[in-house]
Amino acid sequence: MDLENQNRVKTLTEKYGAENMLILLGAAEAESAGLAAETVTNGDPTFAGPLAGVQLGLKVYHAVEPEFKDAVNPDVYDEQVGMMEMVLDVDGIVEEMNNIRSEFCKY
Amino acid sequence: MSFPVIKGTGYVLVHTPDIMHHHGTTQSLERAAHPDSEYLKSLNDHTRSYEDVVAYAPNQTYIGNLHPEELRNVPTPWFQNGLENAQRVGTFGEIMPQDEFYGLMKISDAFDLVSLEEGFLKKAKEKLEAHPLFKEDVAKMGSGDTLADVERFIKDHHADPLFHEGHLVGCVKRAHDVDVSLTAHIIFENLVSKASGVLAMKHLVDKTGLDVNSIDYVIECSEEACGDMNQRGGGNFAKAIAEVVGAVNATGSDLRAFCAAPTHALIEAAALVKAGVYENVVVVAGGATAKLGMNGKDHVKKEMPLLEDVVGGFAVLVSQNDGVNPVIRTDLIGRHTVGTGSSPQAVITSLITAPLDKGGLKIIDIDKYSVEMQNPDITKPAGAGDVPEANYKMIGALGVKRGDLERADLAAFVTKHGMPGWAPTQGHIPSGIPYVGYAQQDLTTGDLNKTMIVGKGSLFLARMTNLFDGVSVVLERNSGEVEAPGTGVSKNEIKEMIVEAMKELAAQLMKE
Repeated sequence: MDLENQNRVKTLTEKYGAENMLILLGAAEAESAGLAAETVTNGDPTFAGPLAGVQLGLKVYHAVEPEFKDAVNPDVYDEQVGMMEMVLDVDGIVEEMNNIRSEFCKY
Repeated sequence: MSFPVIKGTGYVLVHTPDIMHHHGTTQSLERAAHPDSEYLKSLNDHTRSYEDVVAYAPNQTYIGNLHPEELRNVPTPWFQNGLENAQRVGTFGEIMPQDEFYGLMKISDAFDLVSLEEGFLKKAKEKLEAHPLFKEDVAKMGSGDTLADVERFIKDHHADPLFHEGHLVGCVKRAHDVDVSLTAHIIFENLVSKASGVLAMKHLVDKTGLDVNSIDYVIECSEEACGDMNQRGGGNFAKAIAEVVGAVNATGSDLRAFCAAPTHALIEAAALVKAGVYENVVVVAGGATAKLGMNGKDHVKKEMPLLEDVVGGFAVLVSQNDGVNPVIRTDLIGRHTVGTGSSPQAVITSLITAPLDKGGLKIIDIDKYSVEMQNPDITKPAGAGDVPEANYKMIGALGVKRGDLERADLAAFVTKHGMPGWAPTQGHIPSGIPYVGYAQQDLTTGDLNKTMIVGKGSLFLARMTNLFDGVSVVLERNSGEVEAPGTGVSKNEIKEMIVEAMKELAAQLMKE
């Protein structure tokens, strides 16, 4: 996750409280989604950004996960995400996100 | 309607290992933060020779010696499967070694800002004297400076050093003592961009046999900015490049749109020609030093050579319809507008299907799509995946949603309508434009009828907007019919009209 986005997540969390935060990802690969999810839960694994060593434990989901899909208008979902759902490795992303959440998510 | 044509192209690469070590941002930031880092120490062991760079299959594709469909057959990873008998010179251009390129930077330098050590300069001059495109220009190189002078420029005057094979061979001086827009670093980046643009345009003129005096206008579309502190992006690379190439009847301007700029430039060049403003417009761009070795840390981690060791450049000539070369369908343009939205689906719809709908075409009616043609050998080890393949999957998936193809045919669509990526990750260089040279072949002597060039750009990087951008255009096989100037009808149609009129007249006379 780039340094600017880490900074935004950190600032917003300080302002609104970690329990009120939810991070929604759109990364195209399970690996990169996992890295971003790890950054906002267990801290920046590359130790380069403001979240290095900061364990926020935020709720984090990917846009192709059922938790998100079931929560939004199906027509809008189909219009905005339907095509990418066909292209992405949804199972791989879901597995990676579940792993990160079960290990590091505090909320 | 008569459309402008793609009349020729030039594609060049410059092998720049020492520039990569010292001026690629990944390396220069590392040097500033951790000058003794293991990564910097390992660079030499992960740097390719010029011969390896020439033998690298994607580079041969870039300069026109290995069609993308043939590249598909070269085993991967490509860096472990160099081609035998690979040539420096290709159908579209060449792969220039670094020492000659420093000479070309000197030739392209109008303000005595490049200083080369006299011994190095003499050798570079000898090599360029043997270069068919530059033998006339070597006189501009002068005789060089002593090494002591070069060292003094660096030590006392903030010049940026030029290395070759690890040795100091020259420098680029700052162009002003306090102006932050004319520092040695910026002048260095700009001169590399200018000189690689010159190389591409020289090849374009050479390969098309075009009379350089007939070029009316040049649009430069790289990602650098030239200017001074009072107008930081004032310009104008286009005219500066045209000057070195000898296009004395041309003027020009710079167009900026991140990686989407080449496709924007192609469309604007086509518009200028179609409107009759100019007859011959050249779209040109040199490459970027900052992106050299951008993914170097990942490449070292994966025990690979740093594959981002070349600066890229290209030039495209857009001219009036000649009845032979592929036409640029200025009526089939795709645009990502301010209101389009940022979801991949909205982006692909605006760039791919919106222009097709204008022409009543289906997704499968385009034989080849040229998208972000980044070389997957470079991007996959860096965790960015296979960029062109991801684009083709998105286009195919949209086709499935529209009912243009069956879901089961998605994989076959990616192969049939796509290509493997071969371009270096130089931002604007891989974006749609690398295929235009092959498109000219495939749409004339080859068996394709329609291709689409798609350019995309990440505008948010400049922090002026959060928006993404993109434009696209269809290139099509020429029907051979050419409109008579200013009529809006083809010559054949005029002939038919005359025949009809003669028949009517004859019939009238017979009656009388």
